[in-house]
Amino acid sequence: MTLFFIVTLNGLTLAALYFLAATGFSLIFGLMRTVNMAHGALLLLGGYVGFSVVEATGSWGLGVIAGGLAAALAGALVQFGILGWMQGDELRQTLASIAISIIMADLMLWHWGGITYQVTLPELLSGGQRLPLLGVGYASIRLALMAFALVIGVALWFLIQKTRFGAVIRAGVDDQAMLRALGFPIKRIFISVFALGGMLAGMAGVVAASALSIAPGTDLQFLLSSLVVVIVGGMGSVGGAALGALLVGLAEQYGLAYAPTYGAVFTFAIMVLVLAVRPQGLLGRAEK
Amino acid sequence: MKNAPLLAVLLALPLFLNDFWLTQVATRALILGITALSLSFLATYLGVVSFAQAMMAGIAGYTIAYFGPNTVAIGWELPFWLSIPLALVLATLAGALTGLVARRSRGIYAIMITLAIGVAFFYLTRQNYSLFNGWTGFSGVRAPQVFGLNLRAPVPLYLMTLAVAVAALVLVAGFVRSPLGLTIQALRDAPGRVRALGIPALGPIVAAFAFSGFIAGAGGILNVWYNERISSFSVGLGPIIDILIICVIGGLRHPAGAFIGAIAFVLLETFAVDLIDRDRFNTLIGLVLLAIVMLAPNGLQGMAAALVARLRPRAATPKTSI
Amino acid sequence: MNILKTTASILALTAFAAPAMADDIKIGVISVLEGAFAGPGMDGVRGAKLAVQEAGGAVGGNEIEIVTMSSDASPDSAVNAARKLIEQDEVDLIVGPLSGSEGLALRDLSKSYPDVTFLNGSSASQDTTLRDASENFFRFGGDGAQWMVGVGDYAFNDLGYESVAIVGEDYSFPYTQVLGFMAEYCEAGGRVPEKFWTPIGNKDYSSIVYSIPQDVDAIFVVLGGADAVNFLTQYAQAGGDKPIIGSSVTIDQSVLDSQGPFKDLLVGAPSGTPTVSNFEGEEWQAFVASYNEAFPDGFSAPSIFGHHYYMSTKAAMLALEEVGGDLSDGQEAFRAALTDLEFVTPTGGTMRLDENRNGIVDNFVTEVFEREDGTLGNRVVKVVRDVDQYLGMDKDEFMAMGPVSRDNPSCP
Repeated sequence: MTLFFIVTLNGLTLAALYFLAATGFSLIFGLMRTVNMAHGALLLLGGYVGFSVVEATGSWGLGVIAGGLAAALAGALVQFGILGWMQGDELRQTLASIAISIIMADLMLWHWGGITYQVTLPELLSGGQRLPLLGVGYASIRLALMAFALVIGVALWFLIQKTRFGAVIRAGVDDQAMLRALGFPIKRIFISVFALGGMLAGMAGVVAASALSIAPGTDLQFLLSSLVVVIVGGMGSVGGAALGALLVGLAEQYGLAYAPTYGAVFTFAIMVLVLAVRPQGLLGRAEK
Repeated sequence: MKNAPLLAVLLALPLFLNDFWLTQVATRALILGITALSLSFLATYLGVVSFAQAMMAGIAGYTIAYFGPNTVAIGWELPFWLSIPLALVLATLAGALTGLVARRSRGIYAIMITLAIGVAFFYLTRQNYSLFNGWTGFSGVRAPQVFGLNLRAPVPLYLMTLAVAVAALVLVAGFVRSPLGLTIQALRDAPGRVRALGIPALGPIVAAFAFSGFIAGAGGILNVWYNERISSFSVGLGPIIDILIICVIGGLRHPAGAFIGAIAFVLLETFAVDLIDRDRFNTLIGLVLLAIVMLAPNGLQGMAAALVARLRPRAATPKTSI
Repeated sequence: MNILKTTASILALTAFAAPAMADDIKIGVISVLEGAFAGPGMDGVRGAKLAVQEAGGAVGGNEIEIVTMSSDASPDSAVNAARKLIEQDEVDLIVGPLSGSEGLALRDLSKSYPDVTFLNGSSASQDTTLRDASENFFRFGGDGAQWMVGVGDYAFNDLGYESVAIVGEDYSFPYTQVLGFMAEYCEAGGRVPEKFWTPIGNKDYSSIVYSIPQDVDAIFVVLGGADAVNFLTQYAQAGGDKPIIGSSVTIDQSVLDSQGPFKDLLVGAPSGTPTVSNFEGEEWQAFVASYNEAFPDGFSAPSIFGHHYYMSTKAAMLALEEVGGDLSDGQEAFRAALTDLEFVTPTGGTMRLDENRNGIVDNFVTEVFEREDGTLGNRVVKVVRDVDQYLGMDKDEFMAMGPVSRDNPSCP
């Protein structure tokens, strides 16, 4: 029974990480209908930059910020230089972002090499805690992950629900043409949303590199998990991403603990099942 | 037959190409083209982009491997005239099932549900040893001898692949002109109206997916004969994305785009290492792909068609063109 | 018709391929230069290049040219790479590949190209040479089971571990390593009550960590690279304190150099490997010096991959030397020379092949120790010389154990 609770807790903490990784992806899709297949590459870039900055400065917080900024810049460049030119053509954008992710992965391999990086955690987060009730040790960083996800989730909710920028984004999700007609600088808005999405991905990359580790191939893993999380939950909603992350994180950990052989199959089978019953995802709204 | 000259050239290729060009480039491009055709058929006529085509092709390939000669001592051997139809039937069924599951999904959601199906199948093949032999997969799969003709040899393999490719194109052309095919296109353009007319949408959608499974299955059989092996890697994320890349760079306006895309893809993948430093070829592949996507919105086939259209009037009035 | 075809082929060839000089010998090197295994893969290429450099880049007046080709660690891509190297680049020999399933694929492919000699890189599947071997496929190295010889015995008799849980990646290489360990360990009287097979590339092992039974004496970790770092970190963070036994790829220097709370766990951890980066042996020191000089930007010492690509290429150089670069008659003389070759390896043993053209090798039992400056290193506990593919058992008895799998061998 203790195992069950621990596995559940593991699922929750993993879900927190998946949520962090997926929010940027969800945000970009929600407003722009762009399936950004370079999302995983942005995340990995953030992780690498974060690692280098932490190594140089010794400050973990600085690393997270630097990773976020680097990925934000890269994201803005991608939207400004490439994807913005084919707005509205989803399939081409998907493919162009695949091309970008291939290029980015190769260039990052060139610069950082094929080895595994783990970002050094600050003293406070690096060890383990003894959990009350369950009486087992538990990694502090994983507990911090949940707090981290909560903060980001609330901040994002606030940004989208309570600020003018958020109101514009929400309007864009509902009716892009109207927004354009009203004279909003939609190009600039798109670029800044892309930068915001990139920043979230980059920060998630540093966190992932701290809690787990990063290496070539991490980009695809997180792209895939973000896709599942966002699609299962419903595209473009923060709550949906949270729900999707919960489902996927728990499914993965239960699978690993109780059915390791077919765990991954189950995760994707769940996704198929959800989409077969609700094609727009659990919390997504039906397309017009 | 306006395509007769092209067909003649393709038939004559074995006279001009060495084994490497014939097998590694021409045959491989045709095989990839057939599998890509199964996707561009769906994308063009049903308006659904499916990432499950590698799964359908893989099911046919695994069937051939399981019920054919292999070196991993799994499965049992059936004569080829049984295993081939069986592989096609299973691939068609897999297509129909995919259609059934994804019948209500459109656009990005259809991409995602089929991606999930494809990835779930990938993990299944990787983890299961009794049917798929897990990570390692099947090796030593050989194309059969038919009437004394060894289909493993480069020229017979090429000619057979060419024949299948032509047959697949003809089938697709026939299918889209059939009443069922027209219903499918109507579903793509105005799903609401089709339903309003009282035509059930489920049947045609499932039929379209089943048909694409059949085509993908044909590609899958040829692919396992060409590689002489199949494993979880053959149905992984790489091949899944490759099929989409081929379709889009080729162009989705015309079924032939799948083959043009496949040729470009194979040439790029094979020779990128020769053009650039052997460590950085992936960057080149990405850049070329990006360039094609940016400069040719309708793919290479669309670009070629536009070029031909522009050249034609000039050719008709040569004097004024100078 | 035939003449037309030949002429056309020649035309096509001259048009598209740079013609090779008549006496050049081309070696195609297949390794993983992209994705997760790019680091090890690049070191493999270094190993091959080093062997050619040491031979002066030529054998008997024949220039040696190396053509590299990347695979993505999948068997399909290894086969495509090999076909291109053979048919387009017209290589005479192939050195590679890196990983187990690729090795099996190239072994099968080699049967279709009887005129090309294949020398295994670092792939270590047992069946590549043990079952269904190919006449023109040579492995101057061991398989994954050979690489664990000595460890099971050491764990039971010297360390006194009576039962061990196994955490491994779910594919053939870890199965093979587990066989090498368990063959000895179970024979000595040890028990393996539970094995946890996890998908390769798994990041989050936390639920495995808590599933490990409390009553085992140690954990045998058969994970490579990032997977090992992730598991060990998470195990330590959860307060785990069982001693660790490492596989050949678990405790390499990159893992030891990683920062993390797991370092205390690792001190004293034994593992089995054919390659020890700071081995004291004279031949090894010379090898490392040569490697460092040739590749200032390489690792501080050759990895297991560099070491194995080196040995295969070196074998090719020596055999070429012996036949004066003669590759005629389907490379018959060259292959005979390879078959009978004996040479001193960088680890000081004598490399030679068994009847399946698989290496009879040196193997090391190592343990992690803390250096004076606080960093961790591996030191040699014992060297086992002349390890053959049957692990010293009788051939029939060994073959009766059957192919490895998740459940074979078993001694719960």
